[in-house]
Amino acid sequence: MTLRTASGRDWASHPPLNYPPYRSTALRAPTKPLIPIARSLSETTGPIYGDESVGPLDNDLTRNGRRNGEPLGERIIVTGRVVDELGRPIRHSLVEVWQANAAGRYVHKVDQHDAPLDPNFLGGGRCVTDEDGIYRFYTIKPGAYPWGNHPNAWRPNHIHFSLLGPSIASRLVTQMYFPGDPLLTLDPIYLGVPAEARERLVSTFSIDVTEPGFALGYVFDIVLRGGRETPFER
Amino acid sequence: MVTKQTPSQTVGPYFAYGLTAQQYHYPNGQIADGTLADDKMPGRVRIIGRVLDGDGQPIPDAMVEIWQADSDGRYGWAGARGFGRQGTGTDAESRFIFDTVKPGSIGGGQAPHLTVILFMRGLLTHLYTRIYFSDDAEANRADPVLAAVPADRRHSLVARREETANGIVYHFDIHMQGEGETVFFDF
Ligand SMILES: [Fe+3]
Repeated sequence: MTLRTASGRDWASHPPLNYPPYRSTALRAPTKPLIPIARSLSETTGPIYGDESVGPLDNDLTRNGRRNGEPLGERIIVTGRVVDELGRPIRHSLVEVWQANAAGRYVHKVDQHDAPLDPNFLGGGRCVTDEDGIYRFYTIKPGAYPWGNHPNAWRPNHIHFSLLGPSIASRLVTQMYFPGDPLLTLDPIYLGVPAEARERLVSTFSIDVTEPGFALGYVFDIVLRGGRETPFER
Repeated sequence: MVTKQTPSQTVGPYFAYGLTAQQYHYPNGQIADGTLADDKMPGRVRIIGRVLDGDGQPIPDAMVEIWQADSDGRYGWAGARGFGRQGTGTDAESRFIFDTVKPGSIGGGQAPHLTVILFMRGLLTHLYTRIYFSDDAEANRADPVLAAVPADRRHSLVARREETANGIVYHFDIHMQGEGETVFFDF
């Protein structure tokens, strides 16, 4: 059985491989066009990681790295629905996240930014979507950090997301941004996304998600490939 | 409700403690690593490769995922599930190493292959490629996906088999650019 699809990756939604303002693309982007192939089981299947793949603190980055106290910074809740292109929920599907701490510093050993590490914050977590495709985790609002792409380059506040979805074709790694961030219009990684699609990466503040006296709420919905295809056997 | 695809973004340089924490010796877990088959699994093979940039330099901050059928050609096997994930930052030569079994043919005239998903700093959208095997020359000639690839580029998708004292090793370097640039797929 070979499945063909009327619509695969929507290249009007994704950044190009070669994007000169983001300097690292120069030596890493393929120079030859991608070769289109029909989808087979190799593309329409994928690994399933459900509830059994997450531990009790995996979805709470304010607690899963504690050593002698609470992490510093502004507690936030990040939640959203993971759906396909028809808006149908992607159920029981793994969401992995990682981020800098409130000072804009990653635990990662090669991060040389001169900002403090937080002994009580690791910045990595996982959760699984529920029956309605909703994920939810607690964390600390990440700080902005400088990088070497160009003089005075700063990454906007962001959280890295990795999603598996139902198949290898739906795999997505992306970044969530925060509303009103003045660095967005200066960031070549964000600006690499076609203009009409950029706002999909910016979360919205929600007073409904906000927990009184505890943490601000942000909503970030995610649309994975799938649902639009017109499969047929050949 | 947005119904258009959420845009991809680069995995960046700091994915290690998020996605491959154990491999990089961070205290949190990871869902998949380079071991899809342990040494008790019959027919275990090792796949070793590097990711090379346009200057031919090995890339030490790439992440490689593989998805494959079991030796009978069935997806969704028990245990490691047929999914592997390796960063290139813990090996002195920036290699990725997978211990797995060689997949069987999944049918449809396809030769045995693994699907590869590639992420790295400098890659705003992940790439897909496939690993075929040099000892399947006949099956490879009949494979419909390889047939869609210009003949002079097919070799970039075929891992080279080597018999070593420790078992069978397949070598598969991924060339982002230049002579022998690896074929990447869209589907
Ligand atoms: Fe980052």
